[in-house]
Amino acid sequence: MQQFVNVTLTGLTQGLIYAAFALALVLIWRSTRIVNFAQGSMAAATTFIALALIQAGYSYWLALVVSLASGFVLGAIIERVIIRPVEGGNELNAVIVALGLFVALQALIAIIFGSSFQSFPAPFGLEGFQIGGNRVAFTPNSLYIFGAVVVTMLLLVALFRFTRVGLAMRASAFSQEVSRLLGVKVGGMLTLGWGLAAVVGSLSGLLIAGGGFVYPAYMDSLIVFGFVAAIIGGLDSPIGAIVGGLILGLALSYISGYAPRGSALVTISALVILMVVLLVRPGGLFSSTTARRA
Amino acid sequence: MSDLQNSPSTAGQVTDEAPVAATAAANAPSAAATTGRTLLPQSTLLRHLVLLLLGAVAAVVILEITDPFTNSQLATLSFYAIAAGGLTVLTGMNGQISLGHGALMAVGAYTTALLLQEPDGALPLPLILLISVVMATVVGALVGVAAARLHGPYLAGATLALAVGLPGLAIYFHDFLGGEQGLRVRAPRAPESFESFIGLVSGANATSTKWLAYVGAICLLITYFLLANLVRSRIGRTWRAIRDQDVAAELAGINLGAWRVLAFVVSAAAAGLAGSVLALVVRLAAPSGFTLVLSLSLLTAIVIGGLGSLLGALLGSALLVFLPPWVTDRGIDFGLNNTEAAQLAPFVYGVVLIVAMIFAPGGFVGTVRLRWMTQKAKRAAAARAAAGSSGG
Amino acid sequence: MAEAHGATAVSATTGGGTATGTRLLEVEGLTSAYGPVRALDGVSLSAEAGRITAVLGANGAGKTTLLRTISGLVRPVAGRVLLDGADITKAPVEAMVAKGMAHVPEGRGVIAELTVDENLRVGALFRGKVAKSEYDRIYDLFPRIAERRNNHAHTLSGGERQMLVIGRALLAKPRILLLDEPSLGLAPRIVAQIFGLLRQLVDSEGLSVLLVEQNARSALSVADVGVVLNLGRVVVTDSASALMGDEDLRHAYLGF
Repeated sequence: MQQFVNVTLTGLTQGLIYAAFALALVLIWRSTRIVNFAQGSMAAATTFIALALIQAGYSYWLALVVSLASGFVLGAIIERVIIRPVEGGNELNAVIVALGLFVALQALIAIIFGSSFQSFPAPFGLEGFQIGGNRVAFTPNSLYIFGAVVVTMLLLVALFRFTRVGLAMRASAFSQEVSRLLGVKVGGMLTLGWGLAAVVGSLSGLLIAGGGFVYPAYMDSLIVFGFVAAIIGGLDSPIGAIVGGLILGLALSYISGYAPRGSALVTISALVILMVVLLVRPGGLFSSTTARRA
Repeated sequence: MSDLQNSPSTAGQVTDEAPVAATAAANAPSAAATTGRTLLPQSTLLRHLVLLLLGAVAAVVILEITDPFTNSQLATLSFYAIAAGGLTVLTGMNGQISLGHGALMAVGAYTTALLLQEPDGALPLPLILLISVVMATVVGALVGVAAARLHGPYLAGATLALAVGLPGLAIYFHDFLGGEQGLRVRAPRAPESFESFIGLVSGANATSTKWLAYVGAICLLITYFLLANLVRSRIGRTWRAIRDQDVAAELAGINLGAWRVLAFVVSAAAAGLAGSVLALVVRLAAPSGFTLVLSLSLLTAIVIGGLGSLLGALLGSALLVFLPPWVTDRGIDFGLNNTEAAQLAPFVYGVVLIVAMIFAPGGFVGTVRLRWMTQKAKRAAAARAAAGSSGG
Repeated sequence: MAEAHGATAVSATTGGGTATGTRLLEVEGLTSAYGPVRALDGVSLSAEAGRITAVLGANGAGKTTLLRTISGLVRPVAGRVLLDGADITKAPVEAMVAKGMAHVPEGRGVIAELTVDENLRVGALFRGKVAKSEYDRIYDLFPRIAERRNNHAHTLSGGERQMLVIGRALLAKPRILLLDEPSLGLAPRIVAQIFGLLRQLVDSEGLSVLLVEQNARSALSVADVGVVLNLGRVVVTDSASALMGDEDLRHAYLGF
């Protein structure tokens, strides 16, 4: 029973990070119909910026703010300079550009920050809370992850639901031409959307790094998990991305916790889950469209 | 789109050009018919056979005039080019993307490694290569069935998961597949006939490096011969129809799913063979050899070369082999240390992918071909104008 | 005929105000091409203030391209577009609505994923803060969409969608409204209702309309001036009543 509680808690915490990453993918997909395979490298880049600040003696919180801000700038610049020329064109070209960015950024990180494993601090304790004499796998840092992801999501909901910029961003995402005819500066909204998505992606990179090790490719598996979570949710739906992230987090945690030598099976399980979802419900669980044009 | 236009002189230049052009001969024919003027036979199959022969001669010449180190580089080139050739069929001709071909290569490589664990009782090499191809084909068919329903980013994501996830199986089945360390491959010795053949041709030492380079070259030539014929066949035309006009093709009664699966199966077979050759050449099958970067490198090769062109796939593969040492050296010249400089190659790949897609989506071959055709059109127009003025 | 319409009425709904009869929108020698195909070939026409100008012609005559070129979605190969004398040929699409030109594209142009209310608010975004009374006025004009203000736009019927997009365009206080095939796929009764409302807005509030229609009979029944387009060229420009009376022309180009 105690193991079940622990595995579930671990799964939910991991799932929230996947959810945040998936949300970043969904935000970009909705506005520009591009799956940003470079999201992981971008998040790795901003995490290394944070690490450099922490190693230089600054506080975690300052590093967090600078890292998220640099994520915004990075996302915005990438949209303007690299993505804009392939937007709305052949989808294969856009995929290849995103992949090129993925490889180039990762290599650049290795050149600037080195390829070795470096430990990344967690802002809060990593020892589980004591509940009824038992120590559970829920740490102060897990609580921080919960808080950070939930607050970020609430802020995004507020932005999209209740502000004029949010309305303009949604309109631009759904119908670029109509929005332009209505005087909405669609280009600016897309840039803003990429910037915000990169902030969310950066946050997930920082959260997963906390208390562990970082190296240039440390986000590779998170790209897979985030993508699978986004697909489970339908790729179009922010709510779907969050639910998809939680489902995936729990599923992988149960596999890792209960299957013999399960930790080696985690990535391949994500692949199996992805395949099952795509075959049974190609549109994901939350998509408004039922079929993908093959 | 299709192969580089093959002027009659290409075949003659083969021997003085870089190794790249040598095997290009095996693939170049497919477009020759369109030029109308060619020394090669009109029949596609016959033309491909002639070029296969020329390619074989060129391969022997190149492997005999280059040093052992270049021999091993060429062996590496052969497995990249085999895999890239298969990927070209999938991505360039059928419009499906795959980031999972590194994983399919792993299937071929591990199969070969397992079959060679007992060197004395091992099966004959051609049979081992064939079984590796079959294994990768089976896995490819499974993936292909799922992939046929997907497109663009969905397919990219699913195959990305394959590339990241499949090597994990080697760690899970630690006892059988050797875990992180992988399986050592005991490459079979060269047969005596090979030694006497080399003795006859150049009198050089018939080392095992040389033998493996020949195995790679033979596999490459056969693969490209088969692919070139396939591309020129009804099957190839159907693939292109699906890529360019999927709705129209479907209305014409073409079962899109089945054809997409077939494309995946063909490219998986090529990846399996490539993996098998890789295992022989590198003498190791380990998860670290089949990272996402391998899959992305293959994609880079076909994009740089020009999507859909076998010659382009070959040129792109050559770049994968010969660019990294050059770039790394430049990095060290500029004061980077070794590990930093080693990252310059993937950095260049990434930048090249982006720049190619933004400025020259046709890739190298596509761009050259466009130039060539534009000039041809200009010449034709000039000729018409001249004829017109003299006639009137 | 023009004198009958209220000449200088300025209203809460429209940004009208240019004297009726003056040339509000002028198109000079406009040529647009998709690759080698010329969709517009030296088209010149003008839409006068306080009037409804109908551009008629068969499918493929270049009507939609004309509107798309005027609003900047398609860049012309040659020619100019003038709005109240100012050259707007090269102005960005996003700036058109602020200059007083609202383009309702073909196929309704609702943003299906947003609610009716959100669709209206997007239409007013460029103006900054807009008083609630302005929204109320649009809902008064179109009571049917008022009932559905919190529904997603994809749940609306074709007629309701057309009302929504016209209402949304009016919220921008345009001086000229560009309408692309508003009657497409609608029941005759709904078409009559929408055209009647347009006439009313033009007559009482000084709105100007450039209406593109394949349904020439309905369009001419509401328009003041008709321009017939064929294969990218202007065939004839005349008053709506004269066009209605020209049987040969109607048979040749307008299909009724």
